[in-house]
Amino acid sequence: MGTDIVIEQGKAKTNLDVFSATLQDLAEHDRDILVVTSDSRGSGKLAPFGQKYPSQHIEVGIAEQNLVGVAAGLASCGKKVFAVSPACFLTARALEQIKNDVAYSDNPVNLIGISAGVSYGALGSTHHSLHDFAVLRAINNIIIVAPADNFETGQAIKLAAKTDLPVYLRFGKKVMLPLKEINNDEFVFGKGRIITDGKDVAIIATGETVYPSLEAARKLKDQGVNATVVSMHTIKPLDTSLLAELAATCKAVVTVEEHSVNGGLGEACASYLLQHGISKPFKIIGIPDEYTVTGSQQDIFNHYGINEKGIAAVVLELLK
Amino acid sequence: MTEKELTKKSIEYRKNILKYIFYANAGHTGGSLSCIDILNVLYNHTMNVGPENFSSPDRDRYIQSKGHSVEALFVVLADKGFFPEADLNTLCKYKSHYIGHPTRKVKGVEQNTGALGHGLPISVGTALAGKLDNKKYRVFTLLGDGELPEGSNWEAALTAAHYKLDNLCVVIDHNKLQITGTTEEVCNTNPIDAKFESFGWAVKHVDGHNFHELKDAFDSIPFVAGKPNLLIAHTVKGKGISYMENVTKWHHGVPSEKQYEEAVAELDNAMITIPDDF
Ligand SMILES: Cc1ncc(C[n+]2csc(CCOP(=O)(O)OP(=O)(O)O)c2C)c(N)n1
Ligand SMILES: [Mg+2]
Repeated sequence: MGTDIVIEQGKAKTNLDVFSATLQDLAEHDRDILVVTSDSRGSGKLAPFGQKYPSQHIEVGIAEQNLVGVAAGLASCGKKVFAVSPACFLTARALEQIKNDVAYSDNPVNLIGISAGVSYGALGSTHHSLHDFAVLRAINNIIIVAPADNFETGQAIKLAAKTDLPVYLRFGKKVMLPLKEINNDEFVFGKGRIITDGKDVAIIATGETVYPSLEAARKLKDQGVNATVVSMHTIKPLDTSLLAELAATCKAVVTVEEHSVNGGLGEACASYLLQHGISKPFKIIGIPDEYTVTGSQQDIFNHYGINEKGIAAVVLELLK
Repeated sequence: MTEKELTKKSIEYRKNILKYIFYANAGHTGGSLSCIDILNVLYNHTMNVGPENFSSPDRDRYIQSKGHSVEALFVVLADKGFFPEADLNTLCKYKSHYIGHPTRKVKGVEQNTGALGHGLPISVGTALAGKLDNKKYRVFTLLGDGELPEGSNWEAALTAAHYKLDNLCVVIDHNKLQITGTTEEVCNTNPIDAKFESFGWAVKHVDGHNFHELKDAFDSIPFVAGKPNLLIAHTVKGKGISYMENVTKWHHGVPSEKQYEEAVAELDNAMITIPDDF
């Protein structure tokens, strides 16, 4: 194992737990913090929030379009609103509300997509959000964030509460180990977080795929391949200066995401590189454009090579 | 099927629902138990559909909008012979088509559902096609009561009345609970009947666990000629398993081994105590 990649086990939580705890801290000091749910407070681990701050919790029932519209109205009156619903419904059912009432109308709602990607596993495609980066990337005036570990999640929530722009934040529900043992990183939307350094390949990952990317980097190191791993937590605005720098210094670029290979992080990176005349061996790892295989989140990751072995294999193939 | 036979079937169905949820270690238990008697009557008394005529354009259609109660549907479809029951051992496993919501990869399933608020508009289209083609088939749609706040339901309710779709029968599994708690405290939709009546629907109430009432209600479709039918079935979430009945957390709770055995024992006991006279 590479000495510079040490992963602390132990106190790790789900990003969902961090989200819920952070929001309670914020609400305690700021009465304008509101949570709006659509029968999603249990799934969002927000039952304690509702009990502690009943007047800061609005419930609209199973009605995601209404959820986002109501949130937009509240935000227009100065409330700091977190609209919380499974990522699949929030960004598909309520897409027009996001586009018109939030982004276009400049109502700075924080849209929290829980159980994102394929976190819902065997509940199937109705419950997966493999389209959210793609559809929201095509909408002006919204920040898209997929935090990887507990640190990023806590920071992202605090930052979202302070930001005057609409923010979409998505995460899953499994325990996420910290990406760094010692962490002094600054967290800013639009600035990628370098997890480990190496000159052979840049692995640019986001959300829950950063951890397996780090595992792949560890495996590659044993084989003499040095990888840079970046947590590109912000999909939009993309950290293009970091991307350009990595593409210039590394021999190949691989992107990894829990999203369709169409329209997500990978294509955002490819588009930037190609349009800036930067050509490097390049590969997008994600969910292919097919009827998604059924099974648990881990089954799906394994099936599509979103794991240590699969990511390492893609890197080795590119460097051949 | 007689009421006694239906009663027996429902006990078997409940046992299977619990069995496959227990094996899969996943499932929507409470809502499957609340709607199973409705599915039983639909598939074994009311509807003209089975594996033999499933590709016929004249078959009756069943569309389950509350897709999460898929275990109830799969168990009934297996019993009807759409597929071998043993297939359900793969429920929620890698590469299985038997996932946590209805999909058309499974024989007998009409529509892919799971995101709430989709079943009614699709059903309206299906019923409308029947009218356009002068077909006799009917469309049965199962909605959850917590699902009603989805606006698409009300948009479709308007269309159904506008086109006088009396070949459409919506059943609301009115178990008064959803994930968070009671429908009344989450988002009060009462009075449901008056709302639909004002939209131009004909509405009836039944005890959703009473086979006699369910049969009668379905036999009387159309309730009023030229109006879409709404049957509000008053049900108990978790019905049949005492410790699950009306308990919110059993929405998607999976029983422990001990709880599973207790539930099976309760159902076995119900089987031997079925009265002779109905
Ligand atoms: C559009 C959409 N939003 C949210 C969910 C998550 N969800 C699944 S079941 C459920 C509660 C459903 O309650 P109800 O309709 O009353 O069903 P039942 O009580 O019959 O199980 C929710 C919120 C979903 N499946 N689809
Ligand atoms: Mg209900």
